[in-house]
Amino acid sequence: MIISRFYVRSSRLLKNGGAVISRAVQTSSENNAANAAAEKLEIKKELPSQNRRPLYLDVQATTPLDPRVLDAMMPYQVSYYGNPHSRTHAYGWESETAMENARKQVASLIGADPREIIFTSGATESNNIAIKGVARFYKSKKNHVITTQTEHKCVLDSCRVLEGEGFDVTYLPVKQNGIVDMKLLEETIRPETSLVSIMTVNNEIGVKQPVADIGALCRSKKVFFHTDAAQAVGKIPVNVNDMKIDLLSISGHKIYGPKGVGALYVRRRPRVRVEAPQSGGGQERGMRSGTVPTPLVVGLGAACELASEEMEYDCGRVNMLSKRLLDKIMSNVSHVIRNGDPEETYPGCLNLSFAYVEGESLLMAIKDIAVSSGSACTSASLEPSYVLRAIGTDEDLAHSSIRFGIGRFTTEEEVDYTAEKCIEHATRLREMSPLWEMVQEGIDLKTIKWSQH
Amino acid sequence: MASTRNQVLSLYKHLLKEGQQLSDYNFRSYARRRVRDAFHENKTETDPQKIQKLIGKAVENLDILKRQVTVGKLYGQGKLIIER
Repeated sequence: MIISRFYVRSSRLLKNGGAVISRAVQTSSENNAANAAAEKLEIKKELPSQNRRPLYLDVQATTPLDPRVLDAMMPYQVSYYGNPHSRTHAYGWESETAMENARKQVASLIGADPREIIFTSGATESNNIAIKGVARFYKSKKNHVITTQTEHKCVLDSCRVLEGEGFDVTYLPVKQNGIVDMKLLEETIRPETSLVSIMTVNNEIGVKQPVADIGALCRSKKVFFHTDAAQAVGKIPVNVNDMKIDLLSISGHKIYGPKGVGALYVRRRPRVRVEAPQSGGGQERGMRSGTVPTPLVVGLGAACELASEEMEYDCGRVNMLSKRLLDKIMSNVSHVIRNGDPEETYPGCLNLSFAYVEGESLLMAIKDIAVSSGSACTSASLEPSYVLRAIGTDEDLAHSSIRFGIGRFTTEEEVDYTAEKCIEHATRLREMSPLWEMVQEGIDLKTIKWSQH
Repeated sequence: MASTRNQVLSLYKHLLKEGQQLSDYNFRSYARRRVRDAFHENKTETDPQKIQKLIGKAVENLDILKRQVTVGKLYGQGKLIIER
């Protein structure tokens, strides 16, 4: 849903940079009709010039691959190419050993048993297997699934598919701070509820859900609990036993690992059964057929091990930088609202609404910084993010929100530059705005009756 | 003890020097910061076993750093807007 400002790497052909190309141009000779449609939807992607690359503050979208992770993966990209499922020769055995070692590394980060880890292609696939898999397996006895309105698209979409199959799905509203109402959740659980799926850390507003409380509640009601922890694992402590989690999704590229790999934790005791959506050779305990990509899972394992070693250090840094950015902006710009709970949050995800500033204009003004707008925008309709809408953010504030992502490799310099640019441009844009002028004069904008247009 | 001290100081110097060769701004800053902080954090360590373990880790990281500097140079991209 979030449209990240997307920069194609400056290619050698475009040394001068600054050139504006759209995909429509690249494929112009192929299909004119399709191009016309594509052109409409395409956001113009401006390539940064060679030595003016924007700062990266969008670590919720993806993180850079840690060089230490790449170093662990390289041998399996260039030398050890065996299929880890080959049983008859050393090529297979060496890959299998690496895969099982990676499984251990992933398991130990979340306090699980290695046999409970299933490798997948990413958190989207993990979520699909968990939600559709559990719901379908227990369909004959239970047909109710609970989730929240602020979940990731792939969770919501999996639930929509289940609804089409005759399941009953409850999309719980969240409180104004983005946190699920435990009392409401308890009331919503019924005897036919098979699964509760609530994410650990929200990808847009960074809010942390009370996962341990939800886990305890679900266990007491004998309902399986799945959590999408793609934004949480490796950043905050997660333990599947302490938190009574039955299924948990992990993504590689959110924890400085490779893209295209993830994992799903599936509890063995008490056993959780899933109906595999994908048919095939029965790898990964039959839950996810298909050859496990050794280099990628080695990278995921290395990223998990690094994350557990570096969690304390990274956390300290992220906390400090997040506070620095927030304080700088808040003390220099008025009417800035932080979306989501200020306490129960992962500080690396900072979602701010700049009131009386048009979000898209601000994003364009600070294009030296790669950030996301909280609002989903297609060229056809400018619709605010459903997550912000779910926490009751005003339409105009939702339109002016920006998500700042701070991670392991973010520096003080980058944070300061970001704060300065935001202050400068938010102030400038407000000075041009008639709305801001009215606010300065003390007119409450909510009382104005705008003429229909 | 003296030889351990020299070994640690030499590793520290080499790690910092190698880290500065990284072509990516963020990785380069991280390497400098992380190496400094790790050595400062453990500078009062007296347990010889732990010291040997930390030295082993530093040697391993130095090897990684050397390889990754090469990789970074092969595919190096332009500079960030805040780099001079």
